Amino acid sequence: MTGERLPPVQGEWIDRETPVCFSFEGKPFSGFSGDTVSSALWASGQKILGRSFKYHRPRGIFSLANHDINAMMQSGGVPNIRADITQIRNGMELFPVNTWGGLSRDRARILDHLSAFLPVGFYYKAFYGKRLFPYWERLFRAMTGLGRVDFSQPRQFTAKEHDFCSIAVVGAGPSGLSAALSAADLGADVVLVDENGHPGGSGHYQRGGDDSQWRTTEALWAKVLAHPRIRTRADTCAAGYYADHWIPLVSGQKMTKLRAGAVIFAMGAFEQPAVFRNNDLPGIMLASAAQRLIYRYAVRPMRNAVVLCGNSDGYRAALDLLAHGIRIAAILDFREADGSGSSRRVQDLGVPVHFGKCIYEAMPTADGKGVAGVRVARFQGGQALAGSGLEEISCDGVAVSVGWAPAANLLYQAGARMLFSTTLQQFVPGAFPQGIFACGRLNGVYGYGDRLQDGASAGQQAAAFLGYGECGPRPRFLEAAGPSHPWPVVPHPSGKNFVDLDEDLQLRDYANAIQEGFDSPELLKRYTTNGMGPSQGKHSSMNALRILAHYTGRAPGETGTTTARPFFHPVPLAILAGRGFHPERHTPMHEEHVALDAVWMRTGEWLRPEYYRSAGLDRAAAIQAEVRSVRQNVGLIDVGTLGKLEVSGPGAAEFLERIYLPRYANLKTGMTRYAVMCDEAGTVLDDGVVARLSGDLFYFTTTSSGAAGLYRELVRLNTLWQLDCTLANLTGAHAAVNLAGPKSREVLGLLADVDLAPASFPYLGVRQGRVAGIPARILRVGFVGEWGYEIHVPSSMGTALWKALLQAGRAFGIRAFGVEAQRILRLEKGHLIVGQDTDGLTTPFEAGLDWAVRMDKPFFVGKRSLQILSRTPPRQRLAGFVLESPLPGAIPEESCLVVQDGSIAGRITSIACSAACGAWVGMAMVDRELAAAGTAIRIRLASGALVRARITALPFYDPGQSRQKEVPCD
Amino acid sequence: MKLMDCPIHGKRPISEFLYGGEIRESPDPDTCTDGAWADYVFSRNSVPGIKREWWCHVPSTTWFVAERDTGAGDVLKTYLYGSPAS
Repeated sequence: MTGERLPPVQGEWIDRETPVCFSFEGKPFSGFSGDTVSSALWASGQKILGRSFKYHRPRGIFSLANHDINAMMQSGGVPNIRADITQIRNGMELFPVNTWGGLSRDRARILDHLSAFLPVGFYYKAFYGKRLFPYWERLFRAMTGLGRVDFSQPRQFTAKEHDFCSIAVVGAGPSGLSAALSAADLGADVVLVDENGHPGGSGHYQRGGDDSQWRTTEALWAKVLAHPRIRTRADTCAAGYYADHWIPLVSGQKMTKLRAGAVIFAMGAFEQPAVFRNNDLPGIMLASAAQRLIYRYAVRPMRNAVVLCGNSDGYRAALDLLAHGIRIAAILDFREADGSGSSRRVQDLGVPVHFGKCIYEAMPTADGKGVAGVRVARFQGGQALAGSGLEEISCDGVAVSVGWAPAANLLYQAGARMLFSTTLQQFVPGAFPQGIFACGRLNGVYGYGDRLQDGASAGQQAAAFLGYGECGPRPRFLEAAGPSHPWPVVPHPSGKNFVDLDEDLQLRDYANAIQEGFDSPELLKRYTTNGMGPSQGKHSSMNALRILAHYTGRAPGETGTTTARPFFHPVPLAILAGRGFHPERHTPMHEEHVALDAVWMRTGEWLRPEYYRSAGLDRAAAIQAEVRSVRQNVGLIDVGTLGKLEVSGPGAAEFLERIYLPRYANLKTGMTRYAVMCDEAGTVLDDGVVARLSGDLFYFTTTSSGAAGLYRELVRLNTLWQLDCTLANLTGAHAAVNLAGPKSREVLGLLADVDLAPASFPYLGVRQGRVAGIPARILRVGFVGEWGYEIHVPSSMGTALWKALLQAGRAFGIRAFGVEAQRILRLEKGHLIVGQDTDGLTTPFEAGLDWAVRMDKPFFVGKRSLQILSRTPPRQRLAGFVLESPLPGAIPEESCLVVQDGSIAGRITSIACSAACGAWVGMAMVDRELAAAGTAIRIRLASGALVRARITALPFYDPGQSRQKEVPCD
Repeated sequence: MKLMDCPIHGKRPISEFLYGGEIRESPDPDTCTDGAWADYVFSRNSVPGIKREWWCHVPSTTWFVAERDTGAGDVLKTYLYGSPAS
């Protein structure tokens, strides 16, 4: 392999014994195992890696630190692979994401010449007018967005893991390694996280032409690996900080939720670019990117370099370039002097150094795809002194080293207060929340030895916070010279001096936005979209703040900063979705329903049979057959989803008196009574049946959906009331069925050891006995309007009960029925379903439950509100109706509106075709004036057409209740 | 995710808990005015400060009292209703 690959470099991450072949835009390329897409392409001489988001300008390597968002690739169905950190694999077929017709001849590059027509806030301005909105929307949708989603990709199921430790250290650079070791030495159990596959951070690649710091870092790493109390997690991103030291760790295909006792942030700093015209040409990169190329991948970043400095780190980078045979045409320093040893060494090596100079503009090669040289201007008082006859220096690359911004995102999220240090020209932590610590460059400490000491001190402090050892005050470190230049910004009349490479934002965009009044960091960010691209401002926010401060005459510390929110780095949706945990509940008879070919419906978390498929019958016919079976013979439905509660003790009757509207103190043992409860506002909350099994023991049911929440609320109420009774939730412990129909008594008589004669087991009675040998509680209730029994048995015996009843009922034409049939049956009886026929405001008076409200009780929940409500007639009433001339295609649905004189006068809550009544019947919540039987109403269909109906007294079916009771009512 | 200190089960993640509202004294329903009752039923005090609240550890249905600084988002203490700490 020729090209830009260097001879072996100490500590390189590539394995030269294992070549890897892949393709890029259809052309074959190769690299070594351990190469990233960017390093392999760069080593092969491919310098254009992508096109920029807005202007489609050619872009190469910029930071190589997981934020090179102009070098994103599509690989098969996977979009937006970051080329700067993704390792190549054999057979990969890569395409850059943002080109129209390939990198070289991207047709959209014309946009680069139209930039004058794309001013700052362009989206806001374009979408301001209503008329052109659709036009712009179509255009933007076609132009924007990165990568292509392949919707045929199968769903990925990823794992989520939980982990715990005493101290989490984020960042395995010099200070992080040192912190982990000192904390673990004191006895703490430490997890050390780093986003890279190899540890060491800047200790690996910022060598200054001297390997000694790297060797020290390697030795620390060896100690960390050997330490019994340190667990390391490489290739792992700490994606955010959540309350009480909870950190999502994202790696490969999983997320680990790490709970720590304390957290040490040692995430270092992001190198920041200088702003000058054409600072985005392929070949112009951050000095740290050049160092990463050399030391991680043994790739020559450039052959003939210009180094642009605003700090001493630039000279150390220059030494790294020189050590690997790269010629340095010149070093340009924004400042007037540099007193560091590195600068003297560079000058001793004969490299020309120009102080007080800046790059006025970079000059592109003839094809515009690389850098041919730079034009140099005097930089004085924060100004470039442009003019004619500027010196030109030829080069094929520029290494930029002007400053750093702390990787403080998680520290902000944790609630640390950051202060701007004028000496350091960066934000440093001012005050920490409990259990949060920072060290290294994030803490404003830059010297290599200082960072080791700072890390050790942070480790001791965190350990002491958790009770391991003691620690003194943190040492203070004074930087000799600021590591960041306060104003590495060079205006140019022709622009293209980029501040944000994600969004192609130029210096003048900021000036214009500020002039238009967007002069706070949050406003400026949203208007310009600075920092809103995939790298989230890691290389642009600091310069944006400097620009804002500069144009508004403030210091960067005075403008404030934008808010740092999770996630620190984009997290794939598949990892957030995890394994897709949607639990569902099955009743004990679930397999029996499967065997009967049930069609399922979800009610809350329960799966219930909607109806059972029947040969030769469609859905409606199958449901009607189930209804007919109940009305004519006998049917069986699984009602195991009902809430099933028990309250026992001397205070049990008093408890029920307080929570429900009717009376229970006078309920006889062996009898049941309808139960309905309200909240404090007098709104109907739930209903069911209360059965008194003995003086102190009541068994009661609630709606299926309300069970869990209601039980919880009842427990709270008794925590408050402290009545002498105990509540038990038997919902899961009991199975329940309803056996209903004129022949139900005969069927049950074959199996039960209870006397079913009406005289000894009357309507609304409850008996305990055995059914098919199974201990059972039998309630004689009539929800569906026929003679019937609700039978409750232990869950483990639910299936046996179901089978025995179907077996015994065979001779009587028994049929299992589902929820839909039950809804029709109960509607024919005018029985309401709480939550369907009532809503979050319905009072018992509106629902026609006036008879259940017992104001003579001293107290029940909602009584006072109902007293107030009872003084005025309810605004609306639940009423039955019959459709006058039902035509196919003109049947209203639930929620259709009742319309009177052109205004809304109610809504349909239930509707069904009743074979027993020979009509479409329903219930509607209508205005009081319309609620009287015989009133004609009009219902508006979804299509807008009106259909006629007539209000009818409830129930529609068997008003005398002769079918469910032994003695007809008079 | 926050941790909540259940008086029975100790520190557990907040996802296991349910907020049950501020603990408020009900006026005497037999003697208070309609206005006072309506205020009790419908009005809530959302001014940040130290509040006594109902919280429930859902898996065990354990109700308890948490004193919380709703301005800072800090749980100050938790105890069972009616215990000496209240």
